[in-house]
Amino acid sequence: MTQTNIIQIVQNIVADLKDKPGALLPILHTVQNSLGYVPPESVPTIAKALNLSRAEVHGVISFYHYFRDHAPGKKTVRVCRAESCLAMGGKALESHVKTKLGIDYHETTADGNYSLEAVYCLGNCACSPAIQIDNDVYGRVTAESFNEILTEQSA
Amino acid sequence: MSITVYVPCDSSAVSLGANRVADAIAQEAQKRGVEIHIVRNGSRGMYWLEPMVEVSTDKGRVAYGAVKTGDVASLFDADFLNGGAHALNLGLTEEIPYLKKQQRLTFARVGITDPVSVEDYVAHDGYRGLKNALSYSQADIVKHVTDSGLRGRGGAAFPTGIKWNTVLNTPSEQKYIICNADEGDSGTFSDRMIMEGDPLVLIEGMTIAGIAVGATQGYIYLRIEYPHAYEILNAAIANAYAANYLGENIQGSGKTFHLEVRQGAGAYVCGEETSLMESLEGKRGLVRFKPPLPAISGLFGKPTVVNNVISLASVPVILDKGGEFYRDFGMGRSRGTLPLQLAGNLKHAGLVELAFGATLREILYDFGGGSATGKPIRAVQVGGPLGSYLPESQFDTPLDYEAFSEIWAVLGHGGIVAFDETVDLAQMAKYSMEFCVEESCGKCTPCRIGSTRGYEVMDEIVNKRDLDKNIPLLRSLCDTMLNGSLCAMGGMTPYPVLSALNHFPEDFGIKAA
Repeated sequence: MTQTNIIQIVQNIVADLKDKPGALLPILHTVQNSLGYVPPESVPTIAKALNLSRAEVHGVISFYHYFRDHAPGKKTVRVCRAESCLAMGGKALESHVKTKLGIDYHETTADGNYSLEAVYCLGNCACSPAIQIDNDVYGRVTAESFNEILTEQSA
Repeated sequence: MSITVYVPCDSSAVSLGANRVADAIAQEAQKRGVEIHIVRNGSRGMYWLEPMVEVSTDKGRVAYGAVKTGDVASLFDADFLNGGAHALNLGLTEEIPYLKKQQRLTFARVGITDPVSVEDYVAHDGYRGLKNALSYSQADIVKHVTDSGLRGRGGAAFPTGIKWNTVLNTPSEQKYIICNADEGDSGTFSDRMIMEGDPLVLIEGMTIAGIAVGATQGYIYLRIEYPHAYEILNAAIANAYAANYLGENIQGSGKTFHLEVRQGAGAYVCGEETSLMESLEGKRGLVRFKPPLPAISGLFGKPTVVNNVISLASVPVILDKGGEFYRDFGMGRSRGTLPLQLAGNLKHAGLVELAFGATLREILYDFGGGSATGKPIRAVQVGGPLGSYLPESQFDTPLDYEAFSEIWAVLGHGGIVAFDETVDLAQMAKYSMEFCVEESCGKCTPCRIGSTRGYEVMDEIVNKRDLDKNIPLLRSLCDTMLNGSLCAMGGMTPYPVLSALNHFPEDFGIKAA
């Protein structure tokens, strides 16, 4: 996508949402939903519309774990690192996922298919350990079932 | 007449394949030319039985679980649509002991109704609380909530009625109701279950709160990790608007209440109420100094009620049956019921709503069925990542805010995470510090620097280096964090760390004191 296209998309989103009270997070969410990330070149447009400094907008983007400033892989795998999952073998699952994908947290596979992120609780604690791929949550995940899920996702 | 089949849409049930099971049932029915009506209900909270399919029969709802797609054809063969015998037949749902032994007030409808149907909600005693509220004065609504003894279920346990009263008595043209749905505590999922299983009870509770204090705008601040809840909440809100239970002139009363869901962005600290309001205002989620209290100067500087999902979802039953009805459950100063979430290494993990007062042991063994791995339960963390680890010797503590406080523990949001004997509590303490490093908002020094130093010291300790020096250093650091932090993030990280050290010193390479 060209820079002009990105700016155009961001301008449309900003025009739609800028009058909401506390508009910045809704704008950032919509930008990330549309583009997969919040491109650094969108910051001046957002800042200007909300009468904020670019530093303020950048500060908000960098504060929240969820927002990212570069394009992710086609799908994002999130592995829960919280206590309930740790109690059910989450640590071993985490190692397996990293080995299987061949990447660490905040990295993307060479083929651009998967990004890997940590998450602290998916609210699936009665079915630990849990992972999430995009919006889909998986419970009682084992090394074998993770491999199956990946095959399914790649199909 | 077609037969109604229930397959949960709850995201935990879906994480175990509920969507595939629902599709398989629909296809099999079509193949066999049987007319059925599939309702995607919430979960009953018995997760070892999910996906749990229910069928309406003359005798009541019959449950089958845990159902896999491969079981569907044999269920039809066994005439499950009429409650037929099958290896997965669990009998009448209401008679399953795990469910029957509970006291479900807040969760009365979860798993029973179609979550987004206003009609179904009203047919199951929904909106009776609002109806009463509309006939009361504002002060009388607040009085019912005060009389109920309801305390904030998010973890701080502050009396809800007192908070509401402050907002009611603070004059302002604009006031707000915020629902804190940033359920970030590990081991907790009751907020999610309400939002996915009975969102209208939360909507009703917020509407009552708005009418009580004179607020016309509400926000649900929902964590980004709950995309299913986001969809279901928005569908339920749209239906409530369409049925005139939200918006202008609600049910012809002249009262107005608007409601919007806003998504967080993966910051645990935004579950702290002042940080949450900063986030809603579009800023970094930095914790604010208190005072001023949010009830006096909250969102956009206006008087604001900030309540947890479960607190607000408990309001309709209080207004329906009266403050005294609710107060009659519980013990001491902990009144009503607490939805407990059984998680981690338990055989029967799930949702158990009970009056305060049961012991931890009853919950872990009578409901939880002991550990999933069959090994002894060695430690239990209650109240999320900032809650203490409890050893077996404390399992007879009753679930009561004050009783937990006496043993330097917290009930928090009611999450209970069990660990078997393979757990290393020093590693868990190190993890708690690491979590605080990740999630500290960075505003105050004890939390920001303390957690980083704490992680370094714990790293030394788990490697058994200079314990004579490092253990006292850890204690001193925890003392600073406890007493010097601005909010519970840094102020309570010492709970899991020190409780692990005090109750399980052997994991830290030292002898019991």
